[in-house]
Amino acid sequence: MDAVQRYVAQFEAFAGNGAARSPAWLRDLRAAAIARFAALGFPTTRQEEWRFTSVAPLLESPFAPAPAVGRTGPAAAGGASPRLVFVNGRFAAERSSLAGLPAGVRVGNLASKLDGPAGAFVERHLGRAAALADNAFAALNTAFVADGAVVHLTKGTVLAEPLHVIFASAPGGKPTVSHPRVLLVADEQARATLVEHYVAWDDTPYWTNAVTEIVVGDGAAVEVVRVQEESVHAFHVASTVTRQGRDSTLALHPLVLGAALARHDITNVLDGPGADLLLNGLYLLGGRQHADHHTIIDHAQPDCRSHEFMNGVLDAASRGVFNGRIIVRPGAQRTDSKQTNHNLVLSEEARADSQPQLEIYADDVKCTHGATLGPLDPKELFYLQSRGLALAEARALLTYGFGAEILGRLRHQGLRESLDGAVRARLAAGHVAEPAPPR
Amino acid sequence: MSPVKTPMLEITNLHASVDGKAILRGIDLVVNAGEVHAIMGPNGSGKSTLAQVLAGHPAYAVTAGSIRYEGKDLLELDPEERAREGVFLAFQYPVAIRGITNAYFLRSALNAVRKHRGQPELDPLEFLDLLAEKLKAIDSDDSLTNRPVNDGFSGGEKKRNEILQMAVLEPKLAILDETDSGLDIDALRTVAGAVDKLRRPDNATVVVTHYQRILNYITPDVVHVLSAGRIVLSGGKELALELEARGYDWVRAEAAV
Repeated sequence: MDAVQRYVAQFEAFAGNGAARSPAWLRDLRAAAIARFAALGFPTTRQEEWRFTSVAPLLESPFAPAPAVGRTGPAAAGGASPRLVFVNGRFAAERSSLAGLPAGVRVGNLASKLDGPAGAFVERHLGRAAALADNAFAALNTAFVADGAVVHLTKGTVLAEPLHVIFASAPGGKPTVSHPRVLLVADEQARATLVEHYVAWDDTPYWTNAVTEIVVGDGAAVEVVRVQEESVHAFHVASTVTRQGRDSTLALHPLVLGAALARHDITNVLDGPGADLLLNGLYLLGGRQHADHHTIIDHAQPDCRSHEFMNGVLDAASRGVFNGRIIVRPGAQRTDSKQTNHNLVLSEEARADSQPQLEIYADDVKCTHGATLGPLDPKELFYLQSRGLALAEARALLTYGFGAEILGRLRHQGLRESLDGAVRARLAAGHVAEPAPPR
Repeated sequence: MSPVKTPMLEITNLHASVDGKAILRGIDLVVNAGEVHAIMGPNGSGKSTLAQVLAGHPAYAVTAGSIRYEGKDLLELDPEERAREGVFLAFQYPVAIRGITNAYFLRSALNAVRKHRGQPELDPLEFLDLLAEKLKAIDSDDSLTNRPVNDGFSGGEKKRNEILQMAVLEPKLAILDETDSGLDIDALRTVAGAVDKLRRPDNATVVVTHYQRILNYITPDVVHVLSAGRIVLSGGKELALELEARGYDWVRAEAAV
């Protein structure tokens, strides 16, 4: 049985068992998705979009559906803030807390929101983004969609504290797969900060196959901090799709600290005039870690602004891949688009690939892009040494700067500070290699 | 009879090269505490090389001669050790540091120096108090404090930032490498004025410059003219004015005789 057939068979078992009680619209959505998955198949490196990332290691061994676990496992992060916790893809009510949320936010786990008015709302939004249709992994997620986070901010709702959505994996000795799902819809003028956090509870290899859909209504302002802190034995494949209305603001911060193999497709559609997008990500890789970001920013309307900043720090034999496509549609005049991808390559064995792709079909636009890759700059090292820092301190400071530059753009101060600690810890634990001899 | 005073800086027969090409060909220079020396000279004469060699830039190889700083062999020290011992180079082209704010960088540098001096390190709040004091001392504001080091700074801001670092680190020997280059008259007055405010009887300043104008604000005790890697003429502050009026060609012509 090949890998595609394996998951189709898994789907049939799922559809005939737990999923059979779902509403008809959801069963239809899943059936269409598994058909789409079977038609697309798993990508290969012969496909342009997957040229640098082979999913062969993911297909070698079977991943069973992640089992339900009891109330064991460590306490979830997130402190006292409102949070939804999922373990192996299933809602863990006893670990979650929604106390203190304002009345205008309708939040809960997907499995509990499939019927009645909530069900109609989910049906209207779930899996509707066009970008999901061409991605086999996203289709597979939709085929298995069962639980996840649903956050609906009604008109004008302001969430003062960040809402944490935590997906913990506890495979428990056998390779398993879960399909986390997040649906965030912010109606007009709503404001909120969401943290998506992916963590591991044990060292068994597992596969997280996640999809996040975000709709930002007219005048709404949303910040999403995505912390991928999977185990170094994990596979993490994800799609994030966003759509923004008129004069809306979205800040998206994908931060990658974990996983052996990570692939994240991010598609942002600026679908209302005056929309503003900040896509601001960081990948800190060591060992043999591989992280691939494919981003699409689609300027579909005039007067929108998109600033994309992706920084990578690549140590040991790690590899970072960035492909950033910017599309400016006809009529999307006065687009202001900026993209940078800076990679710090700390070792001879590490590698960075960076590909900007600009497709501009309007004439009155401002689009800039730039990519750099290389070791620590000897000029910068000497400058720091000339101020009294030892070479090792200078290296550590410059390396930290690649992360700090990204974290500095987080708008929520508390999150910025806690993630600064995580990045420092990650760098302190890592090995900073010898730079090239100074010139 | 007064005790023999150890010069702060004593350069003897210094030869240095970069990529195998000889740039400095026998520099002799003595700088005492409390003095300001101007090193002038045409482009390519070796002025910046001298500044870089003093700071310990690894691209420059010292092929002969010696540099003694407070009686110690400066060439034995790594760049960071020189900085901690009180040598400061204000860069001609200050380097931008991604993601690191000026405040964070300055505190890291100051604490490295303080640790070396056996002083306690400063926490962020103590440091901000000290920074406010230093900004006041050089008539500057805090507009650069929370920006990444030199990142997107104008030419004037970069030079002002070098002087702020100098004010915070309190070097004994400050070397200003073409600090006046790229500055308009107002920025020059601000930056050079700040340097002048930092002068003390126990520190010394070496001003490397092509033009005389910065010396209107920082009056030198001695002016040296560098040509083809050697000091070919030394004199008082009036020598700078003469160079401004007559150019460098006559010095080169006399040196060749």
